[in-house]
Amino acid sequence: MRARFALLAVLAVGASAPAIGAPARSTNHVVIVDQMTFRTTALVVAPGDTVTWVNNDIFEHSATARDHSFDLELKPKSRASVTLRKPGVLAFYCRYHPGMKGIITVRR
Amino acid sequence: MFRNLVAIAIPFVLCAPLAAQSAAPSDPQIAHIAGVIDITAAKQALAKSHNAKVRAFATEMVRDHQAVNDQALALVKKLGVTPEANPTSKALSDAAATKITAYAKLSGTAFDKAYVDNEVAYHKTVNGALSGTLIPSAQNAELKSLLQTGLKLFQEHQMHAEHLAKTLG
Repeated sequence: MRARFALLAVLAVGASAPAIGAPARSTNHVVIVDQMTFRTTALVVAPGDTVTWVNNDIFEHSATARDHSFDLELKPKSRASVTLRKPGVLAFYCRYHPGMKGIITVRR
Repeated sequence: MFRNLVAIAIPFVLCAPLAAQSAAPSDPQIAHIAGVIDITAAKQALAKSHNAKVRAFATEMVRDHQAVNDQALALVKKLGVTPEANPTSKALSDAAATKITAYAKLSGTAFDKAYVDNEVAYHKTVNGALSGTLIPSAQNAELKSLLQTGLKLFQEHQMHAEHLAKTLG
């Protein structure tokens, strides 16, 4: 009985305590696109976070990294995401409408 | 080529600021005609050009202008108006038809340069009209919003055309 209790206690602690070395929870950051505009032009995200562009516009756009690390097609009323793992500063723009641009800073 | 042009009118209440100018077209009429003209020019470019960048630009013109036109048509349908032609829209159509006829005789880099140079001039003209006259005059909120979005789009097109014109020499 005592052993069973001890086992249950260990399991309970194990279930509630975070595992050593487990990654922090990632966050999904949303960029709304409409009326020819990225509604967020400067984001700060952590490594492992995801950025989702939601195209509410009537036009086709893209979210394209200047360093070619991602190139997402955004048809009207669609969305696309990228997970960013490497710290740094990423400039992105729309390939079809280059005046639309933004910056993502990835830092811990 | 222009038999499918759809001229759009808006109710008197929406074009009251323009009523004093009896020859002035309605705002959606200008926006729609301008967009249709550019679609026609773009389709000619897609039929004639072998330059990948010119073709990509023309594809973008067809896609983007069709989106604006579809939105403009949805707006006038919502407002319950009947399309009608007018002297200004006819003048725009006639001028565009003259260009199309002239460019049909061109080929290769001569056509590419003529098409892109005209796109620069055309977008400058439309953008000037939008920012100087049509947007300030528009009273319907949805119409004004569509024209403002159209202006941002056409400004992007103008920049793209200018950049493309430089590469063609």
